[in-house]
Amino acid sequence: MSLPFLLEIGTEEIPDWMIVPALNNLQDMFQALLDQHALGGQVTSVDATPRRLVLRAEGLLDRQADVEELVLGPPTSVGAGAAAGFAKKMGTTPDQLGTQSTAKGEYFSFAKRTQGQPTGTMLARELPNLILKIQWPKTMYWNGKGTERFIRPIRWLVALLGEAVVPFAIAGVSSGNATVGHRILGQPSIPVTIQNFEDQLRANGVILSADERREKIEAGISVRFKPDPDLLHTLTYITEFPTPILGSFDASYLDLPQEVLVTVMRHHQKYLSVEDADGKLAPHFIAVVNTNADPDGLVRHGNERVLRARFNDARFFWDQDQKKALGARLEDLKTVTFQAKLGSYYDKTMRIVRLVSDLWRDKHARRAALLCKCDLTTDMVKEFTDLQGIVGGLYGEVQGEPEEVCRAIYHHYQPISMDSPIPPGASSRRLALADKWDTLVQCFEVGMAPTGSKDPFGLRRAAQGVVRIIVEGRMTFTFPGMRQELSEFLRDRVEYYFRDVRGFAYDEVRACMAAGWNDLLDLEARLKRVKAIRTTPDFEPIAASFKRIKNILKQAQSSESTFESQLLEPGPELDLYNAIRSTKDQPLESRIGSLRPKVDLFFDNVLVNAPDPNIRRNRLALLQNLLTEFSDVADFSEIVTERQS
Amino acid sequence: MTFQETVLRLKQYWSDRGCIIQEPYDVEVGAGTMAPETFLRVLGPEPYSVAYVQPSRRPADGRYGDNPNRLYKHQQLQVILKPAPADVIDQYLGSLEAIGIDLKKHDIKFEEDNWEAPTLGAWGIGWQVMLDGMEISQFTYFQQCGGFELDLVPAELTYGLERIVAFLQNVDSVYDIEWTRGVEYRRVRLLEEYQFSKYNFELADVGMLWQLFDLHEKECQRLLKIPDAVLPAYDQVLKCSHVFNLLDSRAAISVTERVGVIGRVRKLALGVATAWMKRNEAAA
Repeated sequence: MSLPFLLEIGTEEIPDWMIVPALNNLQDMFQALLDQHALGGQVTSVDATPRRLVLRAEGLLDRQADVEELVLGPPTSVGAGAAAGFAKKMGTTPDQLGTQSTAKGEYFSFAKRTQGQPTGTMLARELPNLILKIQWPKTMYWNGKGTERFIRPIRWLVALLGEAVVPFAIAGVSSGNATVGHRILGQPSIPVTIQNFEDQLRANGVILSADERREKIEAGISVRFKPDPDLLHTLTYITEFPTPILGSFDASYLDLPQEVLVTVMRHHQKYLSVEDADGKLAPHFIAVVNTNADPDGLVRHGNERVLRARFNDARFFWDQDQKKALGARLEDLKTVTFQAKLGSYYDKTMRIVRLVSDLWRDKHARRAALLCKCDLTTDMVKEFTDLQGIVGGLYGEVQGEPEEVCRAIYHHYQPISMDSPIPPGASSRRLALADKWDTLVQCFEVGMAPTGSKDPFGLRRAAQGVVRIIVEGRMTFTFPGMRQELSEFLRDRVEYYFRDVRGFAYDEVRACMAAGWNDLLDLEARLKRVKAIRTTPDFEPIAASFKRIKNILKQAQSSESTFESQLLEPGPELDLYNAIRSTKDQPLESRIGSLRPKVDLFFDNVLVNAPDPNIRRNRLALLQNLLTEFSDVADFSEIVTERQS
Repeated sequence: MTFQETVLRLKQYWSDRGCIIQEPYDVEVGAGTMAPETFLRVLGPEPYSVAYVQPSRRPADGRYGDNPNRLYKHQQLQVILKPAPADVIDQYLGSLEAIGIDLKKHDIKFEEDNWEAPTLGAWGIGWQVMLDGMEISQFTYFQQCGGFELDLVPAELTYGLERIVAFLQNVDSVYDIEWTRGVEYRRVRLLEEYQFSKYNFELADVGMLWQLFDLHEKECQRLLKIPDAVLPAYDQVLKCSHVFNLLDSRAAISVTERVGVIGRVRKLALGVATAWMKRNEAAA
């Protein structure tokens, strides 16, 4: 018999961004449970709202199959007494025993049959552990010290195998067949079956499918809005029954910079911004509410009121902030902490200014460096922290700073992610680079390297930004000497960038980085060359030969590189030497073709481990020279070849 | 519904559900959590449920009475349910109905917002409660306080009373709230906001504040060595904390000092929590 299964974990509101990873984790663990205990069945769906995680599966056996296993007892030669003991141990009588011949002789045996457990029993035993093992970024306890931990309190559990409840309890909550509806639109206790579960939820104000909730939001919007997949995802997972409503604000607020308006709407109110036919911000917004309607317009009115207060604040901050120019705020930065061990933002500013001045003759970048952190003391940034940098840029414009300076301040926190653009223009890039470089060097200086998933200062992002700005911004910037830890950290980011973002093969990246990576533009150029010649027919064999050379040298523990040309034997050995010498000035691309046959002939005909120690040393030195021939481009022995030798 | 009616109804509501109704603590605090009725009572294994309106003073938030939504001193209704009952959210929603909010006609959301007060060695898990896009409450399951993992998990519900009432009365400025019939919030509180903003930002004597901080700190340290003086010692922590906030609004604390001063307050708070726990154990 094949049975469907339903599990619903009912909780208080789970943070939206944690839900999807938790669902995937639940699905994997449950499928593993079915497989491990041979319960049959496949997970068919996982769904969630803020208040419930739901897993459905089909095709479960009603019980595990019985297992028969032949157990060997004592040898038959030891007699009846031992047989009786064995039978007792097997829970049977001596007449039920058989015998089994093996290479070592004849033994008593018993066909032990283990009865399969009912699936319901197995699930009841395993589910509490499995549920509590779901991985969350941060958990809590709610019943008292030492009790179960979960993301939020578990308030109900539905567990059905076919028609039957799978009985278990977690943190004092027993599983059953009753779900809970929407807080306002639904009933608090609704008996369900696997078949009518989703419909019963719908009848009680809960749309279980996130896709359906997203579609409901999109279908309910009739105006043009700024596309925002991340926000839409959030709205989908903070609602059980989403309904978009259109609100308006006074057009006079459109005088405020669009960045400010959008930030207030998006980050503080989770509103979608509305655009007019030309793509310009319109005096409207879309709020997504967690209910079915707004019959009296109270919800729209309330949201408009909140937004008005927020916009008023923003306007007030804007006006207040203009009373003190950016430059006049520099002193105030002395009371703003960058990091306890690293002092204030004033200290940081001075370091960035010095760095920019040392590296480039760029008065705009220098001026921007001086002003870039000043907006941290403005009311606008204190209130809307996401607008740091942007506000500084906007204020700079109003206060008559040169365009390049404003642009550099505006963009100096970028890029904030892999997908976001690097700052536009040379001065912007210089400032952004100097700021991030300072953060990296300083944090590593006081031992604040990221550990595991903890990276409170966003150093990975900073390092990634540094790499992207240099490479994509075509900047001549050579990494100066740095601490070992930072060097290793940065090396990882460089490798990641060229491999995962730019799509170079991992062995190409490793080979080229082995030849140095202080100059990333040079590294990029070498990568392109290696990638191009990799497809030529002579490349793989010569890379394999390089690997072979490396092994030979390693085995011989030789790093000798001076040799006497008169000791070279005429034939393949001398030919190889001559080929190396005569192609010295040719580019790598054409040398490979001419060297490859010589290398092959050398290995086919010349014994490196010659009996005469002088000859031997001389040959090893020749190979050492060959190995370092291309080392300014890449270490070819790092390339993975088909012909592993 | 007037401001005071709203307060009375909320108190009645929580009184009906078994809460002790306390009066505000009469030492300056930055939030209801700092009053001993929360900070100390959440520690230890004894159940305790209490509600009180706590005037919360945040000197740096003052705006001379100019800003329609920002106040130096706001009134906060603080509810502690220890241990948190399983239907705590339903009880909370019921309290909103009790002050005339028809939940069927509004939008309620619980959005992640964990609370942390490093100075108190305290943190919890919870939400900000949004009503039609406005934050009206903080809802927190305490996990730790005074550096101690809590035996029973209390739910802390805080109501920003000015915000909620401005919403209910549909006014854009808290100063337009009707406190009681014919009396506006302005008449009751505007002068106080103005004068204290002036004091907090301009007049407070920085040298004297530093002296006060040292004196209260010393007194606290002295009291912590004496049995049965935990509550007076905690008052000294609150005074240090308020003086710190005043120094902060006078922009008198440099970056390097700041970390140190916060550390000093924290040390006192943790010392008080430890003494309180010891006293509890001795009593049990």
